[in-house]
Amino acid sequence: MNLAVCFKRVPDTTAKIRIASGGKAIDPQGVEFAISPYDAIALEVALRLKEKSGAGEVVGVSMDPEGNDVAIRKALAIGVDRAVLVKGGATFDSHATAQVLAAVLKPRSFDVIFFGKQAIDDDAFQVPTMVAQLLGLPRVNVCTSVEIEGGRAKCRRQIEGGEESVELALPCVISVQKGVNGIHDNRFPTMKGIMAAKSKPVETVAAPAFEPTLELVSLELPPERPPGRIVGQGAAAVPELVRLLKEEAKVL
Amino acid sequence: MRKFKGVDFYDLDPLLSDEERMVRRTVRDFVDDRLLPVIREAWEKGEFPKSLIPQIAELGLFGATLQGYGCAGMNSVAYGLCMQELERGDSGIRSFASVQSGLVMYPIHAFGSDAQKDKYLPRLQSSKIIGCFGLTEPDFGSNPGGMKTRAERKGDGWVLNGTKMWITNADLADIAVVWARADDGIQGFIVERGMKGFETQEIRGKLSLRASDTGEILLRDCEVPEANRLPGTQGLKSALACLNQARYGIAWGAVGAAMGCYEEALEYSKQRIQFTKPIAGYQLVQRKLVEMVTEITKAQLLCLQLGRLKDQGKASFVQVSMAKRNNVFHALEIARMARDILGGNGIINEYSAMRHMCNLETVYTYEGTHDIHTLIIGEHITGIPAYF
Repeated sequence: MNLAVCFKRVPDTTAKIRIASGGKAIDPQGVEFAISPYDAIALEVALRLKEKSGAGEVVGVSMDPEGNDVAIRKALAIGVDRAVLVKGGATFDSHATAQVLAAVLKPRSFDVIFFGKQAIDDDAFQVPTMVAQLLGLPRVNVCTSVEIEGGRAKCRRQIEGGEESVELALPCVISVQKGVNGIHDNRFPTMKGIMAAKSKPVETVAAPAFEPTLELVSLELPPERPPGRIVGQGAAAVPELVRLLKEEAKVL
Repeated sequence: MRKFKGVDFYDLDPLLSDEERMVRRTVRDFVDDRLLPVIREAWEKGEFPKSLIPQIAELGLFGATLQGYGCAGMNSVAYGLCMQELERGDSGIRSFASVQSGLVMYPIHAFGSDAQKDKYLPRLQSSKIIGCFGLTEPDFGSNPGGMKTRAERKGDGWVLNGTKMWITNADLADIAVVWARADDGIQGFIVERGMKGFETQEIRGKLSLRASDTGEILLRDCEVPEANRLPGTQGLKSALACLNQARYGIAWGAVGAAMGCYEEALEYSKQRIQFTKPIAGYQLVQRKLVEMVTEITKAQLLCLQLGRLKDQGKASFVQVSMAKRNNVFHALEIARMARDILGGNGIINEYSAMRHMCNLETVYTYEGTHDIHTLIIGEHITGIPAYF
């Protein structure tokens, strides 16, 4: 079974985010990057499917504006067999990114191309669907269970008030939800895996040029929270607090 | 839970390779996700959290610097970073890993026969079996050369008699690397639990290293086959070579405990308001925090250079002594200062400073006491031994 997993490097969730001068990008200075958590789950799904089938390989595909391979090495350390690093694409929107990934994936043959359901930085939810469309492949999003059997993928997804089961023919594109196949995180890399990662093959390709169809106007940090207000002290403050909760905050 | 971000005042991170940073990150995440959630209860109950053993084995930490037998073959700096991160969790857990790796797997790898390596190393690496190291005796701690434990030839094998004391993992262990005096000098043996005359007993009532198993090994006419004698040893020197491995890991580990205490005290002091402002805004508290971060930075530099020397085969045992002596001393001071900054909260186990402080009292004493390391370095620089 040949499986591809597309994963995005995003700022670590503990990173302190600053906007770069120009106001259109995050300042990468001092920011540690990690694999987007849903993509990390997709990696784990693919690794377990490969281990269960006992054959084939898992190939990681990731883009990085500077060609930095930290996320790729992490994927290789947890067991991905080889990787394609696409250098470039700093200013790409979802459509341009999907075009690049489709161009990279098209000449390679995979049974399933996995994604996390969304990247946790821009939350666009678009790339898996667009890649499937560009490659002319069937796709299913936000899966909570994935099984591969007899040339078909059997997936389940949560829908309003229930669950949906779908089947699709391979090759196909699948994006996964947290908890898929009981998986909430990727495994820890092993020390041996980390040491072996540097000798696994990584193919670096330059991102082909695609025109963005969206113009990013500006990025802004969320407004600072206004300071709290002290309405009084002790029991005497209760009537005023209740009035404010009722009339101003409208939570009572 | 808040994730630990590390302390890097002197911008040392660029001196680490990508692999070294990934190793540190992995063990750091493991400590946040798996170790810290269970350590408080284990420490309070005085139990080693056994559920961590297979998980640490799965990460590949046991024997991680050794070549072959399923081991990762990583360098000394990466291994040191593992010890640092584990001890940021708890000194007892780092001790377990130090013993399994530096005091059990290392001597078998360095002094064992091929048959012994094939038999024991893969199972130690995967934690299917657990090891302990028997050198110290009730009457011989700083002076191991005076040991009373005897090994006498009997037919094709050996008979061991004696008592070993303060043995980490004694009660958990499936095998013990035991040192005993034979007619032709000190010899090392791999004694298996189940061999006639081998018994262990837990030492109770510890106020330190409570999440670690500490015990005694009793050898009463214990029969050990010749095949279990380590053939490559050269007397006490070989036992001390093992200690050198473990001391190296301790030097790094102490930095981890110190970083944990510093971070806890720093965060607390910025939030705890007394009189009109956070206590971090008072000069006396700032001075303590500055002492802490300065000593951590110096200890990090000692460790990093020691690790690089070790990987070049140039680290001397005296340099290891200096790093162990300095780093543990300051880690203990830092833990005490952190406890102090935390005020009354510092004595509660919701915070880790006092647990680290109690643990470090042991670390200060074991693997060569602070004073013995002073004398090792003193002899080296003056040429005059001052032990007795």
